[in-house]
Amino acid sequence: MRPSSPTVTPDPPDAPAAGPDLTAQRVIPLRRPGRWIVTVVVLVVFAQVVHGLVTNPYYQWDRFAYYFFRPVVLDGLLITLQVTAASAVLALLGGIVLALARQSSSPVLQVLSWAYVWLFRSVPLIVLLLFLYNFSALYRVLGLGIPFGPTFVSFGVTTLGTDMVIAVVGLSLNAAAFAAEVVRAGLLSVDAGQREAAAALGLPRGFQFRRIVLPQALRTIVPSYVNVLIDLVKGSSLVFYVSLLDLFGSVQSLGSTYPGDIVPLLVVATVWYVVVTSVISVVQYYVERRYARGAERALPPTPLQRVRAALRWSR
Amino acid sequence: MTAGETQRDAARHVDVDVLPAAGVEVHGAYKAFGALTVLDGVDLTVAPGTVTVILGPSGSGKSTLLRAINHLEPLDRGYVSIDGDPIGVRRVGDRLKERPEREILVQRRRIGFVFQDFNLFPHLTAVENVAAAPVATGAATRTRALGLARDLLARVGLADKADVHPRRLSGGQQQRVAIARALALRPSVILCDEPTSALDPELVDDVLEVIEDLASTGTTLIVVTHEIGFAREVADQVVFLDGGVVVEQGPPSQVLDHPVHPRTREFVGRVL
Repeated sequence: MRPSSPTVTPDPPDAPAAGPDLTAQRVIPLRRPGRWIVTVVVLVVFAQVVHGLVTNPYYQWDRFAYYFFRPVVLDGLLITLQVTAASAVLALLGGIVLALARQSSSPVLQVLSWAYVWLFRSVPLIVLLLFLYNFSALYRVLGLGIPFGPTFVSFGVTTLGTDMVIAVVGLSLNAAAFAAEVVRAGLLSVDAGQREAAAALGLPRGFQFRRIVLPQALRTIVPSYVNVLIDLVKGSSLVFYVSLLDLFGSVQSLGSTYPGDIVPLLVVATVWYVVVTSVISVVQYYVERRYARGAERALPPTPLQRVRAALRWSR
Repeated sequence: MTAGETQRDAARHVDVDVLPAAGVEVHGAYKAFGALTVLDGVDLTVAPGTVTVILGPSGSGKSTLLRAINHLEPLDRGYVSIDGDPIGVRRVGDRLKERPEREILVQRRRIGFVFQDFNLFPHLTAVENVAAAPVATGAATRTRALGLARDLLARVGLADKADVHPRRLSGGQQQRVAIARALALRPSVILCDEPTSALDPELVDDVLEVIEDLASTGTTLIVVTHEIGFAREVADQVVFLDGGVVVEQGPPSQVLDHPVHPRTREFVGRVL
């Protein structure tokens, strides 16, 4: 070995480093050949899957294109979006109420909130929906009045319970149970010192919750609640069983009329669900960014900003 | 003079408005957590406009006593009054009854509290932290509150950090923002719970200087601290707490330099 060449064998501790100045050059990063091999394998598999999707005639992409913007399908999509949106709002409000009840000092409220979550997390959504669908057989009339006393207003359950209402109520009851735990986790994630500081300043209770605790809790709530939301989008496909023609329902009924097109029809539904979920994910990204204010030293650039920066750099 | 020097200079000559001052009295404070008695009958009188430093080994009940003064820690027996007004409780016949939370919140607005861990609101900027209480309580319009908050930040030497989020500030800067926040409602009593214990040693002096300057504004100051030097220089009264009781109290020259009680002697000998 030439004495001047850099070597990986350690120098004896006392001897000064012989040869060229080791501090003058950048350290050579470790090469990782395994990573390259895995990358290539994954890319090959991915290409195979795409190739299969495109070339397999059973997917009938022309039929897919034909059905994708059919008014029947779009009407179904609209129903899916309506049911999901209404349920998402009701579930979040219900979740906040349930979480606050769970944290209240009243043992009765705590137990009721816990029992609600326990029950509605246990009952499968489809069972709950079918139960509600047959609700009018159980209770013919619902009324508002003094408990166990006279009734002031009453509704016939059959007129109140349109398919849409049944679907929204069922999805909301179910999702509220999950939302309650999401909100509770968010509230628990806020440091107790924050509440103490707010209380020590004498901030009014409503202000403490809305302006101090909730904005910090939302950092934890948003990602988990988006999960609940996406579950709702897909869970809404079950409303077909309470005779509401949502996206899945309209595809399903088209499929029973044209059995030969069932595969492209299912792909139509799949792609629409993916589109909806993607839109939600993009919104989630920006909402999370908003609630990250102050949490990190500097906000990371958005994907758009990253693309722009990369273009500028390459020029 | 460099920018750094001007800033330090500003911190040294904090010139807070003259603040109101109230007297604080603790009457037979008793508090237990389960089987553990934390305060075992504490009586304490703090004259308006004076500085009281509470010393004691950890677990002696000093923080609990301080938190009891603004009712963050409700007492089992006994009460605290500020200018004769019982805090967090009301006299009903010959019993004490806890007040509704809304009244307690209003009472706390005249008591500033500075925490060991600052507890700034991380999602708000420094100036928003300071302005939050005046805005939320309706003491000032938003514009006025933000203006006042900037003045207060300037007085603790942080004018240039007004629009920064707390996480981008050093511990000493965060604690100075927290002090400005405690001042925003012009309290007549300020309580500091180990305000320098969470700080790196080189940042302690900046914060102590700000508190020292508060002392000279005439407000009533009660500080729990381990900084004996601060107690000696600034305190009018030093209270030594151990095992939930006041073991010894008096001017610093007496308690720190000529302690009578053996436990005080041992503690002071260990800390100095």
